[in-house]
Amino acid sequence: MKYNSIAEIVEEAENCGKKISEIVLEEQSKALEVSENEIFERMKNSLEVMKASVEEGIKSNKRSISGLTGGSAAKMKNYVDSGLSICGNVFGEALVKALAISETNACMGKIVAAPTAGSCGILPAAVLTVMEEKNIDTDTIVKSLFTASAFGIVIAKNASISGAEGGCQAECGSASAMAAAALTEICGGSAKMCAHACAISLKNILGLVCDPVAGLVEIPCIKRNAMGVSNAFVGAELALAGIESAIPVDEVIMAMKKIGNSMPSSLKETAEGGLAATPTAKELTKKVFG
Amino acid sequence: MDVFDILGPVMLGPSSSHTAGAVRIGKYAAMLLKNPAVKADIYFSGSFAKTYKRHGTDKAIIGGILNMDTDDIRIRESLDIAVSKALDFNFYKTDIDGAHPNTVLIELTDKYENKISVQGASVGGGNIIITKIGDTEIGIDGKSTTIIVHHMDIPGMISDVTNILARRGVNIGKFELKRNNKGGIAVMIIEIDGEISESVNDEITKFPNVISSTVLNAI
Ligand code: SF4
Repeated sequence: MKYNSIAEIVEEAENCGKKISEIVLEEQSKALEVSENEIFERMKNSLEVMKASVEEGIKSNKRSISGLTGGSAAKMKNYVDSGLSICGNVFGEALVKALAISETNACMGKIVAAPTAGSCGILPAAVLTVMEEKNIDTDTIVKSLFTASAFGIVIAKNASISGAEGGCQAECGSASAMAAAALTEICGGSAKMCAHACAISLKNILGLVCDPVAGLVEIPCIKRNAMGVSNAFVGAELALAGIESAIPVDEVIMAMKKIGNSMPSSLKETAEGGLAATPTAKELTKKVFG
Repeated sequence: MDVFDILGPVMLGPSSSHTAGAVRIGKYAAMLLKNPAVKADIYFSGSFAKTYKRHGTDKAIIGGILNMDTDDIRIRESLDIAVSKALDFNFYKTDIDGAHPNTVLIELTDKYENKISVQGASVGGGNIIITKIGDTEIGIDGKSTTIIVHHMDIPGMISDVTNILARRGVNIGKFELKRNNKGGIAVMIIEIDGEISESVNDEITKFPNVISSTVLNAI
């Protein structure tokens, strides 16, 4: 993709009077030398995989390969269906989906990395929930994934999307920020609003470390996907209300990079610090690896 | 980087670097061997060595060697499938000096006793870098077709090979030449746009001073 900053993307969309997803689709069709239709269909296929991983996660109720996790999505679903959820259906369903996809991932199930496998529940949970709850057509949802991806590319180019390099802010943080932009576009927000949504969600998660217990993508990752989708809604709702991020999104991304660089390696996927170094984590690690 | 690098790959969990990337390195090794492997020795280094079992990295590598894609659900049973296909495999833990934390070295043998070795690193999001083929240090990401030509270090070799490509209208994206000593054996690593046919490779191999030429497709 030719864009190096979110400011550039927003400017181009505004100049052309188009949605971000439209200009990204055009640009990618040129860059990849395939028709817009073909790229669109490929993305639609990814959306189908996302739906299937939600289904599998709720239904299978399996334990992960390590045996450490499993069953949260099914529990959450029962709770939401009982009508007792504090925040109601939209939010409850988003949590169900985020947990379901992450649990499918932990069971070696099929998922779409978004942008990574560890954070694969956030973006799909966000867009699939509004799709169902607000009756949005499939095309609008598929298109929003191009907006999310374009923002993700900018983050990957200028900072990082890997927990090992930048901590969890780079994984679940980037996923939230991408999802916030997608939600904003789906709900009719302007290109500028998408950028603010992305900035707000990313700001909220700055500094989050990557500390997976036993080095496995399970604890705390599965629940961080639930947190990530809620953070995406925060960014989108604020931006759609017309609230702006005081710090421009491209600067937030640079800040994330610097924070990631100054994190010690014990907090970047090595399972040597944070939650991974707690007494319980050490016991669980022994249980898994013997 | 394009949208499908960020939203993708479609893969089996749990970790894009421990499963998807590992499948791709396995696939690359199998492609280099050409014939199906009968024996696979797999050396895990760094973080791979510590967590390969619980991440399913062992299943992913074997799945790749059996030519499965990153989203093939048979990867979950790939070790059993390998046994049924009479592929003898062994895993070892090692520490490769200075290597990326997620590095694996794969040695494959076919039934004619041809051997290859490939060292690769899984660098995140399912992306890989092949760092070594045999003794040759390289750095290819497997995203474009790559031609590797071993040849005698004599004048004119580069133009001989690139002329063939030019005549076929093949565009070179990256070109690298390596040699250990003057007049000895040199290696050209050529990354091209699009695909090429085996016949181009045959033509390159015909030069008297070419020792071998291999085309590796993008994966
Ligand atoms: S804690 Fe680390 S491994 Fe887990 S989701 Fe966050 S970045 Fe990924």
